[in-house]
Amino acid sequence: MAKERVSKLRIRKSNHALNRSAAGDFGINLMLLIFAAFMVIPLIYSIMQAFKPLNELFLYPPRFFVVSPTLKNFKDLFRLMGTSWVPFSRYIFNTAFIAIVGTFGNVMLSSLAAYSLAKLKYPGRKFLFNMIVYSLMFNSTVTGICNFLTISWLGLVDTYFAIIIPAWCSTTGLYLMKQFMESSVPDEVLESARLDGASEARVLWTIAMPMVKPAWLTLIIFSFQGLWGTGASIYIYSEQLKSFSYAMGQVLAGGIARSGAGAASGVIMMIVPILVFVVSQSNIIETMSTSGLKG
Amino acid sequence: MNENEAAVRPASRKEKRPTARKDMTKIGWTLHEMRRGKMGYFLVAPFMILFFIFTVLPVLLSIFFSFTIFNMLEPPEWIFLDNYISLFLDDDIFLIAVKNTLIFASITGPGSYLLSLLFAWFINELTPKLRSVMTLFFYAPSISGGAYMIWQLMFTTDQHGIVNGLLMKAGVISQPIAFFQNPDYIFPLIIVIALWTSLGTSFLVFIAGFQTVNRDLYEAAAIDGIRNRWQELWYVTLPMMKPQMMFGAIMAITGSFGFGGIITALVGFPSPDYCAHTIMHHLSDYGGTRMEMGYASAIAVILFFMMIGANLLVRKLLDKVGK
Repeated sequence: MAKERVSKLRIRKSNHALNRSAAGDFGINLMLLIFAAFMVIPLIYSIMQAFKPLNELFLYPPRFFVVSPTLKNFKDLFRLMGTSWVPFSRYIFNTAFIAIVGTFGNVMLSSLAAYSLAKLKYPGRKFLFNMIVYSLMFNSTVTGICNFLTISWLGLVDTYFAIIIPAWCSTTGLYLMKQFMESSVPDEVLESARLDGASEARVLWTIAMPMVKPAWLTLIIFSFQGLWGTGASIYIYSEQLKSFSYAMGQVLAGGIARSGAGAASGVIMMIVPILVFVVSQSNIIETMSTSGLKG
Repeated sequence: MNENEAAVRPASRKEKRPTARKDMTKIGWTLHEMRRGKMGYFLVAPFMILFFIFTVLPVLLSIFFSFTIFNMLEPPEWIFLDNYISLFLDDDIFLIAVKNTLIFASITGPGSYLLSLLFAWFINELTPKLRSVMTLFFYAPSISGGAYMIWQLMFTTDQHGIVNGLLMKAGVISQPIAFFQNPDYIFPLIIVIALWTSLGTSFLVFIAGFQTVNRDLYEAAAIDGIRNRWQELWYVTLPMMKPQMMFGAIMAITGSFGFGGIITALVGFPSPDYCAHTIMHHLSDYGGTRMEMGYASAIAVILFFMMIGANLLVRKLLDKVGK
C-alpha cells in the first residue's frame, strides 16, 4: 500500500510539483503579479517624473510614462546644489562620514559582543541576551526624550557623534550577528584553535569572523541604509553639519518651480539603497535564515 | 541584578554536573565562573555600556520622570500619578491618539505580517532568478529613503496629480479631490502607504525562512495525507519556521507602532481634525515642542508598555501555529 503511494508520488512529481494544483498556481501567480505592480508602480512613477520635461510634469490629462525624456531635471538639481549656501559636497561629506563611522563602529562592537554572547560561557550572558531581545520590542520613540537629555549632558549636541554613537549600539544588528554566529561557527573549530594556543582575540579575528561574512555584510548594509537616510535631526542645528537627505528634502520643499529637480533628488535618494541591496541580496538572505527566535 | 540572576543559574544545574563546585558556595562558584569568563565580559562590555546608556537608562529614567513635572531647567518635582490621571481624564487629544494608534497598529501590524508571510511563500515557489527579482520588487519600497513622498505627488490636490487627473478625465469626478486634506481619505491612504513601506526586515526573514525548510519533509507529509498547499503550509512549513515567525512578528509590531514620521511627512502636523494623530505625535509634541518632559515621559511609558504587551500577546498566539 505504502509502496504504491510512493510510486504514484514519483509519477506525479515528474509532471507536477507536490500538492500543487494548476488552478492554484494560476491564482497565486496572478495575485503575486497584481501586488508586485502595486509595489513597483509608485517607484517607476517617481523615476518617470524625474525624466519628464516641465511641460509634461504639468500636462492635463496627466500621463504615466515620459514621452520625451530629458536630463534637465538632474542638471537643474546640480545647478541648485552649486548655489546653496553650504557647498553641496559638504552635505555629501556629512552623510558619508556619519554612515561610514557609524557603520564601522556598529559592526565592530556588535561582532565582539555577538561572539561573546554566542560562543563564550560566563554567568549572566543569557540575561544580557534577553535584554537585547526585549529591546527589539520597542522603537526609539520611547527612548528619544531621555536620549535628548543624555546627549546634551555628554556635550554631543550639534556634533556628528550625536547621531553616530547611538547608531553604534543598535541591537537588531547584534541580534542577527549573534544568531548567525551561534549556528554557523562550530564550537569544535574554536576549541581546537584554543588548544593550539591561539588567543581569544585571534580565534575571533581569524576563525570566527571569516565564517560569518554574510552576517557582517548584512550588518554593514542595514546600518548604512539606516544612516544614509538620516534626515533633519533634533541634535544638529548647524547648517554645515546637516545631512545629504536633509538637503535633498529642502530641494523638494522648494515648491512647484522645483518639481523637476525635486523628482530628480528623490530618484538619487532611492537608487543608492536599492543598488546596495541588489548587490548584497544573497548574503542578506543567508544571514536572515538563522535569525529565528526560539521560545 | 546581573549577579543575582547569575547566582541562581548554576545552582539549578547542581544535580546534573557534580564537579568541583560541590566544595564551593553558590556565590563562590559564580565568582569563580566570572573570573574564568572575564574575556567574555571584556568583549561584550563596549556594546553593553553604550546599550545601557542609550536604551536601558532612558527607559528607566522615563519611568521615573513620568511621576514628575520636569521642564529640563528646574529639578523634577514629584507628583506621582498626576500625569497619568490627566492623560486619561483631561486630555481628549491623547485619547484620540490612543484610538488612532490602536486602530492603525492593529491594521498595519497584522496586515504587514500576513502580506510578508504570504508573498514570501508565493515568491518561494518561483525559480531562483525570478525569486530575487520579486524579492527586490517587494522589499524596495521599505528601503528607498523618502520614496513614499511620491504618493503625495500621485494624489496631489489639483488636476495635474495623476490620480485626480485620470479620475477627472474618466468622468468619475468633476472637481479634484484634496486627498491629503480631507480626514475621510487621510486615514485609509496612510494605511495603504504604511503597508506599502512595511515589507521590510520581516519579509526578508520569511524569504530566508522558507528556503531553510527541508524539502524531504514535503514528500513525507504527502505520504502522511497532506492533500493541498494550504495544509502543507499550516502543518509542515509554518511549524518549521516558528523561530523566524517569532522574530518577524517582533519586527512587524515594532514597525507598526513607528509610522508617525511618515504620517507627519505626508499630512503635516497636526493632521486635520487630529484624524491621523498618533501617540508618537503626542509624544513629540509635548517632549520636543512644549518641553514638558514629565508629561511626555508618561506618554512614552504608556507607548512602551503597549509595544511590549503587543509582542508578548503575539508570542502567545504564535504558539498555536500548526495545531
